[in-house]
Amino acid sequence: MSVEAIIFYILAALIITFGVLTVFTRKIFRAAVFLLFSLIGIAGVYILMDMQFVAALQIVVYVGGIVVLIIFSIFLTHSSGERLAPQKLSRIIRAGILSAIGMLFSVWIITHHLFLPVTAPPIEHSVQNIGLQLLSYTSYGYVFPFEVVSVLLLAALVGSIVIAMKIKKQ
Amino acid sequence: MEHVPLAHVLILSTILFFLGIYGFFSRRNLITMLMSIELILNSVNINFVAFNKYVYPHQLEGVFFTLFIITIAAAEVSISIAIIINLYRRFNTIDIEDTKNMKF
Repeated sequence: MSVEAIIFYILAALIITFGVLTVFTRKIFRAAVFLLFSLIGIAGVYILMDMQFVAALQIVVYVGGIVVLIIFSIFLTHSSGERLAPQKLSRIIRAGILSAIGMLFSVWIITHHLFLPVTAPPIEHSVQNIGLQLLSYTSYGYVFPFEVVSVLLLAALVGSIVIAMKIKKQ
Repeated sequence: MEHVPLAHVLILSTILFFLGIYGFFSRRNLITMLMSIELILNSVNINFVAFNKYVYPHQLEGVFFTLFIITIAAAEVSISIAIIINLYRRFNTIDIEDTKNMKF
C-alpha cells in the first residue's frame, strides 16, 4: 500500500465522518463547521488526483465563499446555541430507507462495472491547458459556456440583492 | 493515485451523495437542506474529476464540468440565502413546516 493510497483512505474517512456529522448534528452552526472540514477534505482528494487548479478553486469558492455565506445566514436567522427541533421519526425512517437503498444499488453497479481507460497519451491538467481550452473559440473550446456562466453570475448577484432588499412600508 | 482503484473513489462520492440525499429529505430547516445540496454537488464534482483522471486522461472535459458546477453552486447559494433572509423577515422562521402561505 503506497503512501498516496493511505492518505486517500484517511481523507475519505475524514470526508465521510464530517459529512455524517453535518447531516446528523442538531446544532446548526456546528453543521456548517463540519461541512467546512468535509469540503477541505475533498480539496485534498483533488490534490491527490493531480488537479491542483480544481483544488484551489474548491478552497477559494466553497471554503472561502459558500460556507462563509452559510455561516452569515445562520447568524442572521438563528439565536446562538439554539438546537434544532427534533425530526419526526417517520421522516427519518423514510429518508434513511430511501438513501440506503439508493446507496446499495449504486455501490453494486460501481463494483460490478468494469471501467476501461482510454489508451491515449494523457495530457497535463495544468492551469495553462485548462485556460487555453476554456477560452478557445475553435471546436471543443468552452468560451461560449464561459460567457453564459458569467452572465448567470451577474444575474444571480443582481437577483440576490433585489430579493433581499428591504421594502419600505408606505 | 495509481494504487487507488477508481471504484473506491466512486464509492466515496456515492456515500457522500446519499448522505446529502438523507439530509435533504430528513431535515426541515432551509439552511441545513442547503448544506445537504452542497454535499450532493461536491460528490458529483468528485465523480467528474475522477472519471477525467482515470478513464479519459487525454481530455479536460471533467475539469470544465467541475468548474461550471462550482460556479453555478455559488450562484445558487447566493440566491437561496437571499430568499432565506427574505423568508425569515416575513415569517420569523425558516422551518419549512411553518411557511405554508404558498402551499396549495
